[in-house]
Amino acid sequence: MPAIEVQDLRVAFGDRVAVDGVSFDVQPGEVVALLGPNGAGKTTTVETLEGYRSPTSGSVRVLGLDPVRGHGRLVKDLGVVLQRGGVYPVMSPARVLRLFASYYERPRSPDELLGLLALEDVASTPFKRLSGGEQQRLALALALVGRPRVCFLDEPTAGVDPAGRIAVRDVIDACRHDGVAILLTSHELDEVERLAERVVIIDHGKVLAAGPPDEVGGGEEEIRFRVDGPLDTAALGAALNAAVAEEAPSSYRVGAPPSPGLVAELTAWLATHDLVLADLRIGRERLEDVFLRLVKTEADS
Amino acid sequence: MTMLRAQVAAEVRMTLERGETLLVTIGIPAFLLVFFSLVKVLPTGTSHPVDFLAPGVLGLAVMSTALVSLGIATGFERSFGVLKRLGATPLGRPRLLAAKIVAVLAVEIVQVLVLAAIAVGLGWRPHPAAGLAVVAELLATIAFAGLGLAMAGSLRAEINLALANALYIVLLLIGGIVFPLAKLGGFAAFARVLPAAALSDALHPTLGQGAAPGAEAWIVLAIWAVVTPLVAALTFRWE
Repeated sequence: MPAIEVQDLRVAFGDRVAVDGVSFDVQPGEVVALLGPNGAGKTTTVETLEGYRSPTSGSVRVLGLDPVRGHGRLVKDLGVVLQRGGVYPVMSPARVLRLFASYYERPRSPDELLGLLALEDVASTPFKRLSGGEQQRLALALALVGRPRVCFLDEPTAGVDPAGRIAVRDVIDACRHDGVAILLTSHELDEVERLAERVVIIDHGKVLAAGPPDEVGGGEEEIRFRVDGPLDTAALGAALNAAVAEEAPSSYRVGAPPSPGLVAELTAWLATHDLVLADLRIGRERLEDVFLRLVKTEADS
Repeated sequence: MTMLRAQVAAEVRMTLERGETLLVTIGIPAFLLVFFSLVKVLPTGTSHPVDFLAPGVLGLAVMSTALVSLGIATGFERSFGVLKRLGATPLGRPRLLAAKIVAVLAVEIVQVLVLAAIAVGLGWRPHPAAGLAVVAELLATIAFAGLGLAMAGSLRAEINLALANALYIVLLLIGGIVFPLAKLGGFAAFARVLPAAALSDALHPTLGQGAAPGAEAWIVLAIWAVVTPLVAALTFRWE
């Protein structure tokens, strides 16, 4: 049974439809990322799953229960990171973690969580004086203190520095291994590529694409490269006997199955034309490119 | 039970650690009590002003905690998303509310002990049969807490802060706390339907002579104690 199940969810605020027919699920031990531009309906979807609002139509289930009617039974298994805030401004990480630990029957040790999320040095600093990244890491620690089975993490890496990000990633990985189902939202797509098994891209309340981060764009593995300076794509295409397209300024894609021979031909051609290769990669479209392409297409139509 | 105890302890500690709250809950009432007992400029109608001031200041204490301190803190917790976040924990809203009520009562006990000790030091001798004063203080606590929560649950935190402080000043002036209601002239009729004046009307006879207050004070207090929690319950928005 999926830990989180969303079927044809629709949420409307008066005339404004925030979520319009979204379906997806998250299995125990799986990390799924909900992606979309601001106002796409991500937070509304997550808040419906957290039981903060009711669906206008469609159904949501968390651990098999209705999040609103089953709220009282669900909360002990729920870990939540809100988009921001949620913590008493005057309380230090150590104090608020001990307080939250008292809400649960079998809490994790606050000291252990402070260590895992690299918060020991600021353990007695009031929340309001923590940096944005420290506040977000504390919010994650609070979400995990009750040993949840389901986590909703709204932008858990927002404002977190690179070292903190590694800590966050390790903690989320450990939860995944313990069988926790995790639904997160994020704008940091390279982070999502590392964290999530699957992504669901939504905009204007509708699902645009869903799947593993490296497959969600569809398409085949291809050679992608960057060259600064002018490049005659037609001439290169003729030499390689494949279509060469400029995907973004200075970024190109060779429309043929990648092979060592093709890579050699490409670099040889660039060498004879005295063009410096800035980047070379064989693979599918990066998540960021898929995201921008889908969201842009949606905006254009 | 563990979590309720932990939440009460957290609420009490936060209240007692907030400097501006201590100023309003203990500092200002204590200053008014001492200053006007020693500087006899108020028209209290007695050569011993502390006898008039002490009951009023004990009423002010309840108002400052249940209305001002509880209301302002809850308003900010709401705007910081704390109430929303706690809604997703096993603590839940009923226990959070219970913790806040117990914390308010605990702080009030501290206030009454401190302020009564100061008043006694200034020569005040409360009547020993003052049990009805406790009932009046409890009713007023409910009425003021309901009002504070009704404001905190519907107004923006900054507006709620300003309004709660303004109410504190106005009710201090027309609540029979420093100026006797009889000296308020045209304001008196208006003041008497407000909970602050009803509270001091109840506290003066009970603490002064051990006498039962008039029915009007009880009726006004009781109505406020029913209406404000009801309004708060119906209008409170958690985020």
